[in-house]
Amino acid sequence: MTTYIRPVSNTWWLEKKQYFLFVIRELTSIFVAGYCLFLLFFILKIGDENESYNLLIIFLKSPLILVLHLISFPFILYHTITWFNLTPKIMVIQIGEEKVPKQLITGLVYISWGLLSLILIWLILGL
Amino acid sequence: MTSEALATAQQTVTLEVYRYHPEKDDAPSFESYEVPYREEWVVLDALNYLKDQVDGTLSYRWSCRMGVCGSCGMMVNGEPKLTCSTFLKDYSIKKIRIEPLQGFPVERDLIIELDGFMEKLKAVKPYLIRNEEKEETIEEGEYLQSPAELARYKQYTLCINCMLCYAACPIYSLDSGFVGPAAIALAQRYNLDSRDQGRHYRQEVIASHEGIWECTFVGECSVVCPKDVDPAAAIQRAKVSSTIDWFREIFTPINKTK
Repeated sequence: MTTYIRPVSNTWWLEKKQYFLFVIRELTSIFVAGYCLFLLFFILKIGDENESYNLLIIFLKSPLILVLHLISFPFILYHTITWFNLTPKIMVIQIGEEKVPKQLITGLVYISWGLLSLILIWLILGL
Repeated sequence: MTSEALATAQQTVTLEVYRYHPEKDDAPSFESYEVPYREEWVVLDALNYLKDQVDGTLSYRWSCRMGVCGSCGMMVNGEPKLTCSTFLKDYSIKKIRIEPLQGFPVERDLIIELDGFMEKLKAVKPYLIRNEEKEETIEEGEYLQSPAELARYKQYTLCINCMLCYAACPIYSLDSGFVGPAAIALAQRYNLDSRDQGRHYRQEVIASHEGIWECTFVGECSVVCPKDVDPAAAIQRAKVSSTIDWFREIFTPINKTK
């Protein structure tokens, strides 16, 4: 029997809002990976000799770096929030016959995020 | 009859129906029909009216009319729906486009070919598998299971094989080899069953590139599921289990359980 196979257009991900949001979520990982590389570079350079270290500080204070941060931040935030919200789907905890409510798992993830951020802020401001 | 009821009785709705006749047509086309609009009608009622009163050549699948058999799945205005549970009154614009489920080959009109799906269901071995080494006799009795053990997999037993999840999955549309949401959720249903011992037999299909690793967690399969099976979650949980397997094989090669 001859069946008809419908072609998929190259713009399939633009045709539905949910698909578009999914593709954006996937693309934000480029910014996450990019920022990880930036941090690695930063760690590598921070132990350098005085002159090189001073150059690094000047480089970090440049408008270019500020602009890169401003661009990356919303993408990394979107990445984090979308994955945090998906966590209870992957992490199913059952106690007795009942499953731990999804909101509780998501809530705990957000609270941990907040706590870790507070510790970081305290470390930075405290030093 | 009040004037209001009379006005409702005369209202119509336009159905734009996907038509494809394999012996006559090279490519599908859309045909528009006017059918009466009734407050209590679902899309399937409108299609049944169409076939009975307007055009008997239209082909589509349906059976139970109550969201249990899973055979009346179609794309309604681009969304995969069970047409028996999709009310006309929920569409503000009285023009409804009906297409066969996305991602499947079309046999005729609104009928899709589901042989591939059936093969996938078989491939995941959806039945209890026990260790062959140990002889078991009827006299030993049934396999007992506690309510807590049942709760671990019960959600995944609710699937009615309507294939809406496949139609919602862009990955499946791009690669029909993908084992897909319903079949993987069914495999999880048995993998999580305390009476089953056959997970490693299913892994060959599940933990393959065409299996769970093809999924990029779009998540739409779970959104459209009429029975809240949540196949997207089933697939991600299978990914976690398979990743743990991988680490186990690396760190404890001696205890490799196969």
